[in-house]
Amino acid sequence: MVAPTVLNTPRVRASTGLPLLHVEDLDIHFQTANGIARVVDGTNLKIHPQEIVGIAGESGSGKTTLVEAILQIIRFPNRITRGRVLFSPDGREQVDLMKLNARQMRRMRGEHIAYIPQGSQNSLNPVLRVGRQIVDAMVDHGVSDRQAKAKVPELLAKVGLESRVARLYPHELSGGMKQRVIIAIAISMEPELIVADEPTTALDVNVQRLILEALANLREEMKVAIMIVSHDLPVHAQLVDRIGIMYAGQIVEAGDIRSTVKESLHPYTQGLMQSIPSIGGTRERLEGIGGSAPSPSNWPSGCRFHTRSPKVMDICKSVQPILAEARPDRVVACHLYPTSTPEGEQA
Amino acid sequence: MNTVPLLEMDKVTTIFGRGDATTVANRDVSLTIHEDEARLINIVGESGSGKTTAARTLLGLQKPTSGVARWRGKDIYSLKKQDRFAFRREVQAVFQDPYGIYNPFYKINRVFDMAISKFKLASGKSEKADLIDEALRAVSLRPPDVLGRYPHQLSGGERQRVMLARAYMIKPKIIVADEAISMLDVAVRAVIMNILMDFQDRLGMSTVFITHDLSAAYYLGGDIMVMQRGDVVETGSSIEVMQRPQHDYTRLLLASIPSPDPDERWTEHLLPGADEVASEEVLAG
Repeated sequence: MVAPTVLNTPRVRASTGLPLLHVEDLDIHFQTANGIARVVDGTNLKIHPQEIVGIAGESGSGKTTLVEAILQIIRFPNRITRGRVLFSPDGREQVDLMKLNARQMRRMRGEHIAYIPQGSQNSLNPVLRVGRQIVDAMVDHGVSDRQAKAKVPELLAKVGLESRVARLYPHELSGGMKQRVIIAIAISMEPELIVADEPTTALDVNVQRLILEALANLREEMKVAIMIVSHDLPVHAQLVDRIGIMYAGQIVEAGDIRSTVKESLHPYTQGLMQSIPSIGGTRERLEGIGGSAPSPSNWPSGCRFHTRSPKVMDICKSVQPILAEARPDRVVACHLYPTSTPEGEQA
Repeated sequence: MNTVPLLEMDKVTTIFGRGDATTVANRDVSLTIHEDEARLINIVGESGSGKTTAARTLLGLQKPTSGVARWRGKDIYSLKKQDRFAFRREVQAVFQDPYGIYNPFYKINRVFDMAISKFKLASGKSEKADLIDEALRAVSLRPPDVLGRYPHQLSGGERQRVMLARAYMIKPKIIVADEAISMLDVAVRAVIMNILMDFQDRLGMSTVFITHDLSAAYYLGGDIMVMQRGDVVETGSSIEVMQRPQHDYTRLLLASIPSPDPDERWTEHLLPGADEVASEEVLAG
């Protein structure tokens, strides 16, 4: 069924070559009745070929909007966008996804970038056998019906499902099987990038583990890069190479997964790590992170985390920290690290 | 010790459907909570294991097919009006979805106003205001942050805390929390669990905590009941059970919890088919 162990394979080193995806100074703002909501604000992100990159953050931090911007599927009226989303399929020249028209983008989405939206395991058509639905997705992108049908068993095998699953209807599948069918559809056009938004969130732990294993396998087998959005840090710890922590529309810390979770620099990342109950060992009271997430139409001044930060200083209230390299291979936006304080603003 | 339990399930079996297409949601499930011994009972299991059916039975929302659910020795499902009222006051619920529970047309205040008038908790305006104030502070919310606002203006964590504040105000003997933290952010989950532990310590409230998250159960401590497809497969103290799980299913659940340490990645695959229960029969046929 599934190929041998993959989650503990050595991580791909972020190469210095041309990134597969490069999000550059991206702003996604919405004009609302209560002023401008700056949902994603000055975000930078790179994903290299075959890399698994995680985005973590609490609800309302802009994770999903960031993903929707990459996929160019933001439909909300009154949006104001700035920045570039550069994508280089097959190592070819970079194209700015934000400049593509609807038809060009549709091709890009089908053939080069696959999207697994949140809760998509419930999006299968209840009256069609799942095999048919996998075929339809490919036919829609120009594959012949015959070729598409021939490919179904292989696709199912890649996500650890038996080929006879193709004959079943969605209601005959468990949540985890449905999610794997969705992943099979996502990989049917052999994309270079899979973007998965909370792919395991509503699933039971044992099913979550199977999905994570399936995703890790895909990277090995199909040489695909994966961007995974999840609020769940342990999920990232198991799967990703690099992680970006989002808070209030911005990435506040990013780096190699091991060092970022084990030696977190940003007080928000530290707070997230300290909120995770672990099994075994002594039970200590977890403090969580006090206060509430701020609203995109009214971000706090200075550092947006200053209202909740246990290490708040005077400068945090007025000066916005810069996301800068505080250590090799780690960027952080926090005044605790001198690299984040703009010149001339030192306290 | 008072010998009549405050709340109990006595060999409760609940079967859904009829004829050939039946599902046993609970099979011989028993559980006892005494008034003078506040307990924290975790019911864990995957979706479809019957944990929500058990919670609904305790809340008086799901009449068992056989067996009895009793409140102070009386069958919950044949309580007289007066008793039913007292039962409602003593056993309160906090549900999974902090979004669906509110009527979007009314301000948050209404949640408290309704409870106060229904259970006659206060007389006079100032007493009422004090009561609401105290309840909100017990769940670390600042009254001006929530009062006078509409549900959509609050975050999920705030809404769930308002529900706990409402429960606090009513001072029930038991809170049944059905997946009360699963839709919340990690940082807020800890806050909610701390509140429930405080309720137990300070107010002597018992909690029945339904969750699919074993690490939450470990954190809360107390006792645990592991359910699989309607059966209780393992019981004991949470810590004991998780440190020395006896049943294969408990082991499977434990092995599936992702560690937050990237150096502790899973090194082998979970048995394939660990989630394929739903389709077993279809595939066999």
